[in-house]
Amino acid sequence: MPPDFSAVRDQFPALHQTVHGKPLVYLDNAATTHKPRAVIDALVRYYERDNSNVHRGLHALSMRSTDSYEAARARAAAFINAADPAEIIFTRGTTEGINLVAQSWGPTHLKAGDVILATEMEHHSNLVPWQRLAARTGATLRLVPVAGADAEHGLDLAALDRLLTPQVKLFAFTHISNTLGTINPAADLCARARAVGALTVVDAAQSSGHEPLDVQVLGCDFLSFSGHKMAGPTGIGVLYGRRALLDALDPWQTGGGMVANVTYADATWKPSPERFEAGTPNIADAVALHAAMDFLDGLGRPALAAHDHALAATARAALAEIPGLRVLGPKAGSPRAGLVSFALQDAHAHDVVTFADQDGIALRGGHHCNQPLMRKLGLPSTVRASFYVYNTEADITALVTSLRRIQKFFAG
Amino acid sequence: MSDLSDLYQSVILDHNKRPRNRGRLPTATRVATGDNPTCGDNCTVYLRLDGDRIAEISFDGQGCAISQASASLMTTQLKGKTAAEAEAAFAGFRDIVTTGREPEEFSETAAFAGVHAFPARIKCATLGWHAALEALKQPDQPLSS
Ligand SMILES: Cc1ncc(COP(=O)(O)O)c(C=O)c1O
Repeated sequence: MPPDFSAVRDQFPALHQTVHGKPLVYLDNAATTHKPRAVIDALVRYYERDNSNVHRGLHALSMRSTDSYEAARARAAAFINAADPAEIIFTRGTTEGINLVAQSWGPTHLKAGDVILATEMEHHSNLVPWQRLAARTGATLRLVPVAGADAEHGLDLAALDRLLTPQVKLFAFTHISNTLGTINPAADLCARARAVGALTVVDAAQSSGHEPLDVQVLGCDFLSFSGHKMAGPTGIGVLYGRRALLDALDPWQTGGGMVANVTYADATWKPSPERFEAGTPNIADAVALHAAMDFLDGLGRPALAAHDHALAATARAALAEIPGLRVLGPKAGSPRAGLVSFALQDAHAHDVVTFADQDGIALRGGHHCNQPLMRKLGLPSTVRASFYVYNTEADITALVTSLRRIQKFFAG
Repeated sequence: MSDLSDLYQSVILDHNKRPRNRGRLPTATRVATGDNPTCGDNCTVYLRLDGDRIAEISFDGQGCAISQASASLMTTQLKGKTAAEAEAAFAGFRDIVTTGREPEEFSETAAFAGVHAFPARIKCATLGWHAALEALKQPDQPLSS
């Protein structure tokens, strides 16, 4: 029995509305999740009571602000079991964290002949920064292939072992595919990379809000995620980096807050994390992210993962019954994250999303920021339903009813 | 559902299911492709001009019912027209999909009036038209295989 989270819905104000006269069924959680009252309250409380700049003022509000911001950092460290809060850099989100690594680590550690390894299932934000870094440094970007439908579109691990040569300096991969629902064996992938001396960058955008995460168990060097996909606010994310690595890196942006000593001619840098947080940080959203992490751990992340996986499995089974519907990614019975991507034979993803929206159902249709993968799969676009703690089996029933009607309309 | 049946009129469903002038045109001398980067849809338009008039036109690509039907209908509307007439026809079509006002003279393009209530879909309806106007601006050259 999946855990019962039915009471949790009441804590999410935005879920209680109608869309085109129908109760909202929100199934676009892989794009962004809704926010519980506790997170919204934390944001309001911060601005109403503590609002002030951090690390600079000696007055009461500034001290409260600084304490709250640093408490959020410590909370984030605990959330992913980082050994040291200094390993937590606040960013705008997953994308910015990956770009930080590419820009701070890349140019000083790569030369012509080196290899950056990524995979064919990466979101554009874990692909394009590496393309640019390769072009800038003369390194080569190689990609671990995604296997065919028979192999459930998983990563080709035999190919990975062939590709992991001593020339590979960095291996960047997603923990969970936002397009396929595949859960990659992240700890195993990190171990294989470590064996050839490559650093690892884990894109945890789709896992941080759903699965338990422990960077020490994963054994990764860097890990990036976004607050808005885990019940937190937009505009805040976390980059984890191993302390020893961070202290040897150059900053990627410079300015106030990150400098130790400045003359008219030159400057020296503070250690991590300040070194990587130039300018006034996003204090309010960090504080609200703290509340989101408390909220998720209050539910229990293993239970949350079980809930989302169970819904996705139920949805997968129900969708597979619809004539002409093809589901991507893991087969029935294989591990699958809380999302299902599919294509209807007679209806394009855009048309499906427009129809479902009229039924109050929010879906995503398109290439999911994964254009090369869609091309490889021979699909211009798919429809994606993605689940979170507040979704129920009734939402799946509504989805299936709507999809059957759409299928009939376009096939008829 | 009344809004949706406005959007997906029978003319649109018919052109989506049985597209006119679909496929690569081997005799084409002008080609252009339009992309819709937000959804990955694309439409390629092939043209051959006879003097200053469009003698042959076809389209190819992948997209939603709105973009496919619109491109199909566009080919039937533009055949025989000059570049200036094609621009005027597109201006009329754009007016229909952005305002919902139906044209005074009967035209199948009126079927697209429902699009205006779905602003996110306007660019689907104009994708093929943009590609056609772009193709008209190209210099003549044989189609590379
Ligand atoms: C797997 C994956 N990586 C990266 C991102 C980018 O996240 P953000 O836009 O919050 O930076 C996303 C979000 O769509 C994602 O799903």
